[in-house]
Amino acid sequence: MTMLNTTRNTPRADDVYQMLIDAHEGKTKAESDAFNARLILTLINHIGDADVIAQALKVAEG
Amino acid sequence: MTAPQKIFEIPLYPYARSADQDAATPARHTVVVIGAGPVGLGVALDLAQQGVEVLVLDDNDKVSFGSRAICFAKRPLEILDRLGCGRPLVDKGVVWNLGKVFFDDRQVYEFNLLPEDGHRFPAFINLQQYYFEEALVKRATEMQAEGAPVSLRGRNRLTSVDQKADHVVLTIDTPEGPYTITADWLIACDGAGSPVRQMLGLDFVGKVFEDNFLIADVVMDAPFPTERWFWFDPPFNRGQSALLHKQPDNVWRIDFQLGWDIDRDKELRPENIDTRLRAMLGDEIQYSLEWSSIYTFQCRRMERFVHDRVIFAGDSAHQVSPFGARGANSGVQDIDNLAWKLKLVLDGTADERLLHSYDVERVHGAKENILNSTRSTDFITPKSETSRLFRDAVLDLAETQDFARPFVNSGRLSVPCTYDGSPLNTPDALPQGPARSRPGSPCLDLPLGDGFLLDRLGARGAPGFQILAIDAEVPTGFTAQGLPCEIIALNTQTAPGLTARYLGDVKSAVYLIRPDQHVAARWETWDASAVDAALSRALGKEA
Ligand SMILES: Cc1cc2nc3c(=O)[nH]c(=O)nc-3n(C[C@H](O)[C@H](O)[C@H](O)COP(=O)(O)OP(=O)(O)OC[C@H]3O[C@@H](n4cnc5c(N)ncnc54)[C@H](O)[C@@H]3O)c2cc1C
Repeated sequence: MTMLNTTRNTPRADDVYQMLIDAHEGKTKAESDAFNARLILTLINHIGDADVIAQALKVAEG
Repeated sequence: MTAPQKIFEIPLYPYARSADQDAATPARHTVVVIGAGPVGLGVALDLAQQGVEVLVLDDNDKVSFGSRAICFAKRPLEILDRLGCGRPLVDKGVVWNLGKVFFDDRQVYEFNLLPEDGHRFPAFINLQQYYFEEALVKRATEMQAEGAPVSLRGRNRLTSVDQKADHVVLTIDTPEGPYTITADWLIACDGAGSPVRQMLGLDFVGKVFEDNFLIADVVMDAPFPTERWFWFDPPFNRGQSALLHKQPDNVWRIDFQLGWDIDRDKELRPENIDTRLRAMLGDEIQYSLEWSSIYTFQCRRMERFVHDRVIFAGDSAHQVSPFGARGANSGVQDIDNLAWKLKLVLDGTADERLLHSYDVERVHGAKENILNSTRSTDFITPKSETSRLFRDAVLDLAETQDFARPFVNSGRLSVPCTYDGSPLNTPDALPQGPARSRPGSPCLDLPLGDGFLLDRLGARGAPGFQILAIDAEVPTGFTAQGLPCEIIALNTQTAPGLTARYLGDVKSAVYLIRPDQHVAARWETWDASAVDAALSRALGKEA
């Protein structure tokens, strides 16, 4: 089974985080929520593997 | 001039007094079927064709009333072809392949059922359920005239069931009063509200979707193409969905999702339906309403379908929401699975373990259908705000992003059930062969001579197993477990279609085929003892 990468994987962590925050700039709550949903679906497709996605869901569960 | 009567207005099997009503002791029948819907009629044809005496009782005397099934899939058509009435359905039906999905006022997605060449039957036809049932009634009448042991009694309503050790006692009400009969086996095809299930106090567990759908069958000359159109949140039905689909005779099926808190009487008033139709189709349309009704959908099933001498099939055993057209289509697969098993048990060739496999295989089928229908219904009627958020995100993305389109779920259309994990299957001895012909799968059709392969497969008279040999050395005849098996030896030279569907990368293959055209086992070459063992397994003797 492919494992979800939970080690540090984003060398430009601050830049990436800023991109995410900037993308929400000026959006209403409803627009932001819709944006997040589209983003999650887009990333889920990139990952593809259902096992990896299941692990990610678990991580997000906290 | 009065309009010609519609088929659903004509009593097709009017009440007639039977000798059973005057019998001094209750008459005994081999199999009694309750319900002359698609499933009850289907099982009667299958049993009678295999020589089993069968009596069908229905509390009505006409075909189905109201807006019901319209989409019939390839597999049930193949099954009905084995029963001698598949082709007239296709001749009458509307063949369609293209589906379009709209979100708001834009088309976001389009799918093609992409029918594969080399099958006798198309992926789907649209046909009113009443025509479907009419064809089955007609076939039953024909078979009866040819001497097959099938009869159909209209306005015979079952009022009580009493299970005994090896038979069932039935009380039936008629316009001329009640009478009693007994049956070795009772098949309850009495629909989702199944009185038989209630009489036996059996559970029917699942979920009701908190939603209402206004379904209208409308007769009109309309310029729309023969496609399935599905709308999410269209301008003419804000926040809800809608569906448009063509049926024969210029009848169009239109569904409007209404939501949960509605005033049913108000919604059903012709002027309100008219407003909805004009908002959807334009002010100029001229139409007449054939039916209109409001439905609430549910997905539920019985835990087991076989209860001693009473067997459930079709909607009485399992019910799904119609997104995916899995109701009648799966009910017909139930009876395909059941008839030969019951026949072999009646003959003493197999014992009740074989009937147990009906439970296993068709509960598996029901679970698959309920899973798919539930997911479609949840996509169409999201249960939470977040669920709606993701649903809308999928639809938004689908317009420009191909990757999002597989997530769009306006119904996962009925596909044939493969009995993976069935106790009747012999572990695959040809894993390099095509996966879609693995043990448990229904045989794939292909052109053969002047006809098609499936014309030669499955039970027509006695329920034989068959051996399909492709480019393999086989004997000319084979009998095992007390059953003669027909051997069908074919080669890829004369039927090249066999290679892709049955050989894949292997040079030869030997398939053991069940009377319902499903694969029981397969090997590369002939091995009499392996075939014998597989047959024993396929008869439920190893279960
Ligand atoms: C709006 C809608 C759309 C649908 N679309 C599709 C579709 O596109 N494709 C599809 O495959 N399915 C579809 N279905 C489902 C399909 O209509 C059912 O699955 C199918 O009719 C089930 O057949 P059945 O023979 O099991 O039961 P039924 O058709 O319900 O027949 C039961 C019969 O039993 C009789 N009966 C009941 N009680 C008694 C009694 N006490 N004594 C004697 N007789 C009795 C009744 O009179 C009736 O004739 C749809 C359903 C609806 C509501």
